[in-house]
Amino acid sequence: MPRPLINIPRKVKRGSSFDIRILLAHPMESGQRRDDFGKAIPRDIIRSVHCTYAGEEIIRVDLFPAIAANPFLVFSARAFESGPIVFTWTDDQGVASFDTVDLVVE
Amino acid sequence: MQDDDTQNPAFLWVLQAESLWTTRAGTANKSCADCHGAPAALKGIAAHYPAWNSAAAAPITLAQRINLCRTTHQGAPDFPPESDPLLALTTIVGLHSRGQPLDIDETGPLKPFIQAGQTLFNTRQGQLNLSCANCHEDRAGHRLGGALIPEGHANGYPQYRLEWQKLGSFPRRLRACMLGVRAEPLPPNAPDATNIELYLATRARGLKVETPAVRP
Ligand code: HEC
Ligand code: HEC
Repeated sequence: MPRPLINIPRKVKRGSSFDIRILLAHPMESGQRRDDFGKAIPRDIIRSVHCTYAGEEIIRVDLFPAIAANPFLVFSARAFESGPIVFTWTDDQGVASFDTVDLVVE
Repeated sequence: MQDDDTQNPAFLWVLQAESLWTTRAGTANKSCADCHGAPAALKGIAAHYPAWNSAAAAPITLAQRINLCRTTHQGAPDFPPESDPLLALTTIVGLHSRGQPLDIDETGPLKPFIQAGQTLFNTRQGQLNLSCANCHEDRAGHRLGGALIPEGHANGYPQYRLEWQKLGSFPRRLRACMLGVRAEPLPPNAPDATNIELYLATRARGLKVETPAVRP
């Protein structure tokens, strides 16, 4: 699975809120399409995205077939301490992928 | 979307290219980085493509230039047209020319090829019997169904098209326009496609490289 593009500020002031942007590489095949020979293309979408910050869950997202390829998610969080932001996402094939970025809070 | 690199999905391919750049391959066991250093060392070159290649005695596209390095310098099999690694490497080289004005040498040996491209651009084709110019010059700014007809500049390739849900090359865009007028699309690496790309680059002289662009 290709790596996602994760974007967070390098450093954040304690108590302030910051944006987390993540672009996941995924075909998000809806299951509604047919190939050139008329055969149904099986559904293959990311079902859920999950994110923790310093060990605490901060968001859990369910995704559906009407979402385009390479989904882009933006959400915000409040900075309270330095620590890892860990993303986990699971697709129809049951493959769970991870990526981590470290947030520095000052 | 195009102006914000954190939102532009083409950057997923740039990420892939960063690791391809340093991957050794072929009988020479060399990576792009071994000979070229960082991708930034090739800054500005995409503004001069398609460029003259004396061995082929013809213009070649940036993707074909990269494949030449694969086969002659790395001793590795070339990447298939429209494959992700080829699109990724072409994009990372193009990205390092972003903002540079297109500048093709129109006086040298490229001249007859530019003229051939211009003739093709103005020739009616397909069951609908339309030339590229009929849409991209006579009707630019009007609508074709739901789509706005652009001026048909090719300064943002490879580009991410929402319709494709992925990155694609100029030849792919060209095939889509040719299918649109129900003409027979040009096969991959067709010299005529390179001639059209070359003519478009001279027609867009001074426009800046936008690679990787995002289009509907
Ligand atoms: C063994 C050394 C070598 C390797 C490996 C190599 N190249 Fe090259 N490359 C060259 C040389 C030398 C040239 C100049 C043209 C020529 O002589 O073929 C060149 C030319 C180019 C150009 C055109 C530059 C211009 O000014 O127009 C591009 C783009 C390029 N290489 C990309 C790549 C990429 C991408 C890779 C990795 C897939 C790669 N090269 C691997 C040696 C190498
Ligand atoms: C019937 C009208 C029509 C004809 C004829 C046509 N095109 Fe297009 N072309 C379009 C439309 C519409 C788009 C925009 C596609 C979209 O947004 O879905 C487009 C897009 C393009 C683009 C992409 C521009 C960009 O901003 O990225 C290029 C390049 C292009 N065409 C080149 C050509 C060439 C070369 C030919 C001749 C072989 C041609 N077109 C023939 C309608 C046409």
